Amino acid sequence: MSRLEIDSPKKAKIVMEGLYKDLERRIESSPPGLCPVDMARAFLELCHAQTCGKCVPCRIGLGQLNQFIKDVLDGKATMETLDIMEQTALSIMESADCAIGYEAANMVYKGLIGYRDDYIEHIQRGRCTCTYNQPVPCVSLCPAHVDIPGYVALVGEGRYEDAIRLIRKDNPFPTTCGFICEHPCEARCRRNMVDDSINIRGLKRVAADFAGEVDPPKCAESTGKKIAVLGGGPGGLSAAYYLQLMGHQTTVYEMLPKLGGMLRYGIPNYRLPKDRLEDDINAILKTGVEVKYGLKIGQDISIQELREQYDAVLITIGASTDKKLGLDGEDADGILSAVQFLRNVGKDINMDLTGKEVAVIGGGNVSMDAVRTAKRLGAKKVSIVYRRRVADMTALPGEIEGAVAEGIELQTLKAPSALDIDENHHIKGIYVTPQMISSIRDGRASIKPTGEEDIYIPCDVLIVAIGQNIETTHFEEAGIPVERGKIITKSSGTFENMPGVFAGGDCASGPASVIKAIAAAKVVAANIDEYLGYRHEISCDVEIPEAALRDRTPCGRVNLTEREACERVCDFEGVENCMTEKEAKQEASRCLRCDHFGYGIFKGGREKLW
Amino acid sequence: MVNLTIDGKQISVKENTTIMEAAAANGIPIPKLCYLKGINEIAACRVCVVELEGKDKLITSCNNVVEEGMVIYTNSPKVRRHRRTTVELILSQHDCECVTCSRSGNCSLQTVANDLNIFDIPFKMQLEKQPWDKHFPLIRDSSKCIKCMRCVQVCEKVQGLGIWDVEGTGSRTTINVANQKSIGEADCALCGQCITHCPVGALRERDDSEKVWKAIEDKDKIVVAQVAPAVRAAWGEELGLAPEEAKVGKILDALKKMGVDYVFDTTFSADLTIMEEGTEFLKRFTSGELKERPMFTSCCPGWIRFIKSQFPHLVKQLSTAKSPQQMFGAVMKTYFAQKLGVDPEKIYTLSVMPCVAKKGEREMELYYEEYAGHDIDAVITTRELVRMIRSAHISPDTLEDRASDTPMQEGSGAGVIFGATGGVMEAALRSAYYLLKNENPDTDAFKVVRSQGFQENNGVVEADFAIDDITVKTAVVSGLANTRALLQKIERGEVHYDFVEVMACPGGCVGGGGQPIHDGEELAFERGKNLYFLDKNADIRFSHENKDVLTMYEEYFEKPNSHKAHMLLHTDHLASMDR
Repeated sequence: MSRLEIDSPKKAKIVMEGLYKDLERRIESSPPGLCPVDMARAFLELCHAQTCGKCVPCRIGLGQLNQFIKDVLDGKATMETLDIMEQTALSIMESADCAIGYEAANMVYKGLIGYRDDYIEHIQRGRCTCTYNQPVPCVSLCPAHVDIPGYVALVGEGRYEDAIRLIRKDNPFPTTCGFICEHPCEARCRRNMVDDSINIRGLKRVAADFAGEVDPPKCAESTGKKIAVLGGGPGGLSAAYYLQLMGHQTTVYEMLPKLGGMLRYGIPNYRLPKDRLEDDINAILKTGVEVKYGLKIGQDISIQELREQYDAVLITIGASTDKKLGLDGEDADGILSAVQFLRNVGKDINMDLTGKEVAVIGGGNVSMDAVRTAKRLGAKKVSIVYRRRVADMTALPGEIEGAVAEGIELQTLKAPSALDIDENHHIKGIYVTPQMISSIRDGRASIKPTGEEDIYIPCDVLIVAIGQNIETTHFEEAGIPVERGKIITKSSGTFENMPGVFAGGDCASGPASVIKAIAAAKVVAANIDEYLGYRHEISCDVEIPEAALRDRTPCGRVNLTEREACERVCDFEGVENCMTEKEAKQEASRCLRCDHFGYGIFKGGREKLW
Repeated sequence: MVNLTIDGKQISVKENTTIMEAAAANGIPIPKLCYLKGINEIAACRVCVVELEGKDKLITSCNNVVEEGMVIYTNSPKVRRHRRTTVELILSQHDCECVTCSRSGNCSLQTVANDLNIFDIPFKMQLEKQPWDKHFPLIRDSSKCIKCMRCVQVCEKVQGLGIWDVEGTGSRTTINVANQKSIGEADCALCGQCITHCPVGALRERDDSEKVWKAIEDKDKIVVAQVAPAVRAAWGEELGLAPEEAKVGKILDALKKMGVDYVFDTTFSADLTIMEEGTEFLKRFTSGELKERPMFTSCCPGWIRFIKSQFPHLVKQLSTAKSPQQMFGAVMKTYFAQKLGVDPEKIYTLSVMPCVAKKGEREMELYYEEYAGHDIDAVITTRELVRMIRSAHISPDTLEDRASDTPMQEGSGAGVIFGATGGVMEAALRSAYYLLKNENPDTDAFKVVRSQGFQENNGVVEADFAIDDITVKTAVVSGLANTRALLQKIERGEVHYDFVEVMACPGGCVGGGGQPIHDGEELAFERGKNLYFLDKNADIRFSHENKDVLTMYEEYFEKPNSHKAHMLLHTDHLASMDR
């Protein structure tokens, strides 16, 4: 008998570990809209199975709580049951010995408070108000509801042009989104239940790369109506595209020399090559959209004038001004906003940063764009200064990894406290107060000072990337409701007492994403059409391949590769490599076709037109 | 063409054919439950699974199409095993008390289970018990529902109402009235299409046959029955009578044998309806009242329920004429009671209808008159009639083709075709022509309003008729989703008509929700042909030539649209939006 032994895991344990992973992925792709009471029951059963069985509250109490939930679901409960449940849950929370017990009870307790209405509905009417209303997760979660299973299948068959046509039914920026969409569609992909989500954005990129030039569909017969669109960003151009297809003559007013808005003047070329952006814009312009450049609303032309000249006016001016740090000396030379910095680069006005030290404040995607651009402009050292941890950054993980690979320094848990300005009124450095991570509030970890002394970070250029605002003055004067830096519209994109004026995109939602701006554009385009007295439909006659009848054996996800970091920092060329056709075919074949299998074939599976 | 092998047989079918259709076309029927062509192709029940060679997972044959080189097994050991388990699982949540079920012997689940030789269910029974208002004409038994979703789909897609919906999620997912309503609160038209498309006995009409037996038993009651046109086209199906044998006279004979005192054919009051509605139409048409919106027919109670809940602002466009059922009821309790020399209270009016909404119509406040209560006292469907014949153990082959009683004996061919889509319009036009020109048109003059096939042209037939210098623009529509689409077109000003006939059930009353059920088959068009055959061979073809109707006018109502006719044969739809 030896005194100590090396543990070797038993087979059951190995299988269980695998099942835990399966369950994690399953919960990740849990469809929205499930009955929360039934889910509470399911969760609690799992929690109860985890109990070690030593202590009374957890061993017995969780089971009794579960029985109450079942009574609610079976229509056997009364309102008193809720009181007993609450009392029991509190009792377990406050008397259980370890987290297995008190956290399980806490989950039930949170539900009793958070979705009490659902409990009451079950008790009083014996009916559940929930329905399974998002049958195809990717389509539901795409703000523009692009027919994802449709175009994935088309890519799988090598029908790239048809894929582009199908995407354009809901999104006239297929190429752009192939490069930079935040792909909320992938978050709850049902393929997660098998292995991993489908690389949807990657497959859109494939369609865009292999399709070549694809003409837009024919416009409907001219209606003779004229529409002004203020701002040539993704929202404005998308709306213009659909309105033009509906037969209305659309004119885009753009204050900058070229179209694209943030896509051109915010997102750097290495993420979205400008010649590729042109692909989308050219297709949009081919529909007959007119553009007037160099005119700024409120300065060169007023809303009132436009309302007189046009049948409808759409405001899609985006959010292109910057937020300030609020520190003394912020107007010093060498300090600029990320918006300004990136816009200059977009205009080909490149700062020479050779040999300079650059600090960028902020942890979002714009901050990543700024640091990686600064690096490409020759900066010796580029640092991100951020108040929280890397895990708390709002930038996409891939962007952070990309920045780090390119040699960007991460100065986390440092909150700017003062600016050091030299006698020439130029930035010299920044003082930051060390922070420690603290309690979690509303799901986000807060910070507090560690009490250590401020640290000094020297820099030649300071870029502020802590958010964007919109220019609201003119609109406020014109009587358009503005609150907290946003234009306030109804959910239809309209205004009370201002017929014929619409707004959408970042200026109405606050800084968001391309796909959200496109989604808003669809809404306003449809409502403008309706306002003008029409009911045009946007559809696509591409036939979608039948779902293949294959077994769903687990298979890895094809991720896009990137150019070597040391090579790519030397230029502004695209960083990401496309998949090969062979890879694309395999990746597309992983799609579970939720439009055909499961609930999608019954309800809400495919909207052929809007 | 696509070449494949099914159960060892090499076959060749058109592209985009489903595996199920390919197999069926080659003599291999694959069992199924939830599938309804064009309406419910959702692969939910998993009974139609087949094995595709080279694949582990079974596939459904109903909604997957053939591919070149496929090798399919529809009855391999694996298929049989899994199909059996699936059916056993369905049975574990199905109230299997077949002996007390209205669909026993005509139940797709029963057939599938019997065919699979299932004698034991290895699972614990879990029956869902939802409360239901048993007084409502439409009854749902949740413990029999197999969640095939057909009712949801038929109501949504064919009838455009969406009364049924999926409720809840997860294991407790069920079917219920949509939007958390009760069936009484919902906009149900009572068309009964959900009943005739239910594969099991989860949906049925309220059984009123016991009520009828009680009236027959009651010595103080004189039971007076009427039989609607469409019933004759379908009642024989369940009794093994060929269409040419299943004469309406035999129904009348059966009713007499059961103890009904007087028997009549609703074609009589259909002719009466034409006299009233035709006259009303000409009046409204010539006064210019129909310039903006057409006059709508008012015979179909499903349509009346629909327009009242969906297009209340158009209710004023309805003809004020009561339906033939209600007219006959009113006549039985007045004119006929007088003839018999009895108090109207003694008359118990029974109608045999292809319809569930007729049960609702008889209960309406509007049809409760001062003189003797409701126009109609009981409504039974064709299915209930058949059950009554069975329970009276009347052998169908002993039935004789007897005539209606007098004095409301005659019925024209025009009255008979009331049971098919287009029939009311055609009958009305035949008589309107006569009223305008004082001479009969050719009997086939208005044939174009007849349907060319089930759900053909979205259930719509449009026709313009020139009578001298007057042009009458007409449309006929059946099916409520088709109706909604047509009404929207009218409202948007895309089309204009003077007179529109609407029937709630696709194909008209012959396809009614109270008719015999044949799972997966739509028989409305075939049954309609039967009515048109009867019309063609009828002694009289025009409502205005019905001598008994004319005599009644002479003796009682004076003339169409007279004051008395208005009191008894018309209604004010706007007086009560109660459905």
